[in-house]
Amino acid sequence: MFEYNTMKIRGGVCYPPEDVATPWTLEAYKSWGGYSALERVLGERTDPAAIIDCLKTSNLRGRGGAGFPPGIKWSFMPRNSPGQKYILCNSDEGEPGTCKDRDILRYNPHALIEGMAIAGYVMGASVGYNFIRGEFWEPYLQVEAAIREAREAGLLGDDILGSGFAFDMHNHLGAGAYICGEETALMEALEGKKGQPRFKPPFPAAFGLYGRPSTINNTESLASVPAILRANGNWMDGEWFSDIGVPNSGGTKIFSVTGHVEEPGNFEVPMGTPFRDLLAMAGGVWKNRQLKAVIPGGSSVPVLPAEIIMECTMDYDALRDAGSAVGAGSVIIMDETTDMVQVLERLAYFYHEESCGQCTPCREGTGWLYRILHRINRGRGTMEDLDTLLDVANRIEGRTICALGDAAAWPVQSFLRHYRHEFEAKIRDAGSRAA
Amino acid sequence: MNDTAMENAPETPVLSQAALDEIEQECAKYPPDRRQSALLAALRIAQDEHGWLWDGMIEHVAGVIGVPPVRAYEVATFYSMYHLKPVGRNVIRLCTNISCMLRGCDEIQRHIEQKLGIRMGQTTGDERFTLQEVECLCACAGAPMMQVNKEYHENLTPERVDEILARY
Repeated sequence: MFEYNTMKIRGGVCYPPEDVATPWTLEAYKSWGGYSALERVLGERTDPAAIIDCLKTSNLRGRGGAGFPPGIKWSFMPRNSPGQKYILCNSDEGEPGTCKDRDILRYNPHALIEGMAIAGYVMGASVGYNFIRGEFWEPYLQVEAAIREAREAGLLGDDILGSGFAFDMHNHLGAGAYICGEETALMEALEGKKGQPRFKPPFPAAFGLYGRPSTINNTESLASVPAILRANGNWMDGEWFSDIGVPNSGGTKIFSVTGHVEEPGNFEVPMGTPFRDLLAMAGGVWKNRQLKAVIPGGSSVPVLPAEIIMECTMDYDALRDAGSAVGAGSVIIMDETTDMVQVLERLAYFYHEESCGQCTPCREGTGWLYRILHRINRGRGTMEDLDTLLDVANRIEGRTICALGDAAAWPVQSFLRHYRHEFEAKIRDAGSRAA
Repeated sequence: MNDTAMENAPETPVLSQAALDEIEQECAKYPPDRRQSALLAALRIAQDEHGWLWDGMIEHVAGVIGVPPVRAYEVATFYSMYHLKPVGRNVIRLCTNISCMLRGCDEIQRHIEQKLGIRMGQTTGDERFTLQEVECLCACAGAPMMQVNKEYHENLTPERVDEILARY
């Protein structure tokens, strides 16, 4: 059931070595140092503050899309306050173009379990929940099996490895809703409710799951923690990880390269890897065609034309300076034949479909965006529609509880910034046919 | 809920002992006073057993969890994986989002529609298949892809689709 049939797994921080036949087993995970970080932390009673410092030094940034450093996030938790606290993992992978966390869950679930247990130790929490999107049934079973293995080996439970430290975790399956990837919507769904985002503040570190202090990190972030602490033999030397990357973007990052390439796949590569190298790893643009455009971080980040992205390196600063973002590391490649109006119409439909309906600008605005783009694409648009599109997008942006509204607005703004001529041409052609 | 669905609904909702046991296992993941956390799972378990969720079943699940019916309705109507109308024995979820679109999901859609004689959202006359359009299922490196029931199928071609559907 779990074969490397389509994926290019490269040994690294979150992905297992390529030459291991069944990397998801406890035995395999231990063979490359798995659980040695947890064992050492519990055995030496490592100062939690030192672990947080190591993560800060490592320059690990949150891998879910926002890029907020987990080391800083972990320091917000009131470690010594009484009462239950929760470690939450966001495995609600849903950003169009992203398929990296699914492969961590399928091929390296113990790295996530070890990362969550270490997080529990650092923040004084004894319970963790891993929220997995409902469609990920096979990955869910894979992590369930790994949790059972870990419990039987005494790596989860009331007295982990005889240390007296207690931590256990459970998987929670979603039921189909992109919005649950938003951290507070995820908490609502964990409480058995509709996944509608909460107002912030209060932030999760003060008021999270069941109103208790909670920390939520992306799957890739948590699965990176054991390798960062092991530091390739230089125990807790955060610089080992930061040195792999470039300033302000530490370590490795998994990029899902999809769309018009010869060999789509997940590539765990150093931050700062030139885009052209990443494209080459995926076999280059398919069918010997020219590159037209790339969405470098998932459907919610701005699109970049070929001439800009070809000069970029893949890291937070470079992509920001180019006018886009690393996002979730979902690199969507579009060749010269791509109809940008059609692509934007499809993305607009997605946000309309997935808006939770709570905030009026997003609920109504995403529908407007989709309907206008639909009619432009069907040859019934007018030039005024382009201004209306931007006007609607600008009125959604920044006026909603969560970032889904912004995510719906940014593609519209960036597609019109770079490809307005294609929209105008479609409108003009339709007009001349009608005349 | 529409009239047809009401007519098809069994009068007394019943969950098997196995389903009730599974729901209790889900409840045990959460604090004892937080049984509502298992509501998403309980609705899934009920749907797995009966194929879809009619009003009586939604209310029955609410009772098993111990929450007012409105809480279960809210959840059942919010999430896309719950079927509030009868569906075929096998549900095909075809992704049409960006990575699948760029790699030809429209051809796959046409092929499935032609092969089964139905359109998106419809069920075959023999109730063997329902075809649904879904948003990104995050298997984009294997685009175009679809999910049949709980299994993912990637790198689809019309020929591969024929082989896969023959197994259901």
